[in-house]
Amino acid sequence: MKDSSRPLKLFAYTYLVFLYAPVLLLPVFAFNNSTTIAFPLQGFTLNWFNTLAEQTSLHNSLENSLLVAISTAVLSTCLAVLASRASARYEFFGKKTILSFLMLPLLLPEIIIGVSLLVVLIQLGLPLSLWTVILGHTLICMPFSIAILYSAFANMDQSLEEVSLDLGETQWGTFRRVTLPLVTPGLLSSFLIAFTISLDEFIIAFFLTGTQATLPVYIWGQLRFPAKLPGVMALGFMLLLLSLVLLSLGEYFRRRMNRLTGGEVQLGKFS
Amino acid sequence: MENFPDMPDLHTPQTPPAIVELDGVIKHFGDVAAVNGVSASIHEGEFFSLLGPSGCGKTTLLRIIAGFEQPTAGSIAIAGTPMQGVEANERPTNMVFQSYAIFPHFNVEENVGYGLKRLKLGKTETANRVNEVLALVDLEDYNQRPAHALSGGQRQRVALARALVMQPKVLLLDEPLSALDKKLREQMQVELRHLQRTVGITFIHVTHDQEEALTMSDRIAVMFDGKIAQLDAPQELYRRPVSKQVASFIGVMNFIQGELVHEDGGTATVDTGVLGKVAISPDQIPSPVDPGPVTIGIRPEMLTMLFDEQNQSEFELQGEIHESAYFGEMTYYTVKVIGLDAPLTISIRNSAGRPVLQDGDSARIGLGTESLVILDESNTIKNAKKEL
Repeated sequence: MKDSSRPLKLFAYTYLVFLYAPVLLLPVFAFNNSTTIAFPLQGFTLNWFNTLAEQTSLHNSLENSLLVAISTAVLSTCLAVLASRASARYEFFGKKTILSFLMLPLLLPEIIIGVSLLVVLIQLGLPLSLWTVILGHTLICMPFSIAILYSAFANMDQSLEEVSLDLGETQWGTFRRVTLPLVTPGLLSSFLIAFTISLDEFIIAFFLTGTQATLPVYIWGQLRFPAKLPGVMALGFMLLLLSLVLLSLGEYFRRRMNRLTGGEVQLGKFS
Repeated sequence: MENFPDMPDLHTPQTPPAIVELDGVIKHFGDVAAVNGVSASIHEGEFFSLLGPSGCGKTTLLRIIAGFEQPTAGSIAIAGTPMQGVEANERPTNMVFQSYAIFPHFNVEENVGYGLKRLKLGKTETANRVNEVLALVDLEDYNQRPAHALSGGQRQRVALARALVMQPKVLLLDEPLSALDKKLREQMQVELRHLQRTVGITFIHVTHDQEEALTMSDRIAVMFDGKIAQLDAPQELYRRPVSKQVASFIGVMNFIQGELVHEDGGTATVDTGVLGKVAISPDQIPSPVDPGPVTIGIRPEMLTMLFDEQNQSEFELQGEIHESAYFGEMTYYTVKVIGLDAPLTISIRNSAGRPVLQDGDSARIGLGTESLVILDESNTIKNAKKEL
């Protein structure tokens, strides 16, 4: 038993090293006192972080990215609430087909989505702007938001809302006192995950952005200048930390939601 | 008995006023009629059970009373007020759901006080009512307990308290005991009954468990296919089921085929083949029957096993033990009787000195006319009694 599992373990560890080792190079070179990205290391510096603070074009792209990410997160979460509640609560014609189409962007290569959206937008004569990026990002974030919120609504015992009505509460009061508190962690989780995806997304933003670059598009532009590379490393390191924090928060809320709505411990079953 | 029209009738008890009146209630889901013409009146302060197999429409009927479903046809009145167009949150009813549906984001106190919040009673009054009702369901000092830390039995009590604190005119219970284990269920049967007596509120209780219904109820409506097949007190229902369907749903019943040959002033003479011609009194004919083939029912405990030669009975049947099941205080025998197609089931109390018979032993079975009941064969009731 022990012997036969050893090659598998080895494989798993190697896999993890190949997956994450390049990421670990980010902090290493972000603090390296040299303009070239190469070993041996030349000593510790915070210089690269200081140069970031002086680049106004970076600040502009950061602002653009935040606008896109927040708009995408709000839009994607709101649309997903409607789709999830409808599909969790009601039976209607074509439900499965509609849901599959909503989840499809998860499987489509982003480059295909980016190119097709670009063609459509040009045909429609819509100018490229941050709003077209938001549109594209909402499309790819929806599946994640729906996956989170569908379980929020589906796991919630429908009798909870009926109990509330039965106890004299109004429809709106029921939504406010029962439904909303129970799905709020799901909303936050969906918001944070959509925000993170949008913030990091490059391909669609690259195709659909007009003159205003988002942060990943800006970074891509910077890569042409070797001297700017350490600065990009520093920026990448900060983005990495931010993503980790946001995703952890999102996951925390998702678990909290499952606890509340009984996603993991079904209501009516007791220990 | 002679009638004196001028004298007040002191013998039949006064029927208490109706609290819920159902009149020709029908509910269709698409092409399916879940409830198919139910008329009944439920008395104030009684423990009323809707009993039937799953899919008989009992839960739908309860939800119609609660206001969660609108009847396709027919009407409901609660406490004399027609409920047409009255939403669930406006009705003087409260419901205990099968899943209990305890709000997971609230503790016990917040759950129980949920409905009171809208009434704006003030802090002390609310707290008093919550504590009072928690004491009633034996959950004192559980106020701060979070929902997830409650056991199955405690959840049930919280759900009960949350409904009772609203002081409804009618409390609706949708299979409230089905999620509990056997021991707890039996204990809760007694407690629920006791609670109902204490608060005096009308309970309408939905169950598929005939034993539960018999133990707890003042009256039971047995439902099949969206209709009430019989509405009676538990004893009456058990002793005098109107149809074969009701008889086999409530407890165990042996059936003997016979032919109604003569009827005279309500007394029916039935030719049963193996028992010969038997005169059956009107008391044992719960629903009217026509001359022709009839089914006679007899409960397993009404049959006796004649162990000794000296034991005598009005009728005696010869047979052979086919199977036996030992239950401690009772033994259930299945006996193949000479002259009967279907074997009879007999339950015998295991008193001191009584032998437990083995499969293949010959047996003598005794029975009396008074234990027989004539059953309606058809599944639809021609003339079901609605009122006691």
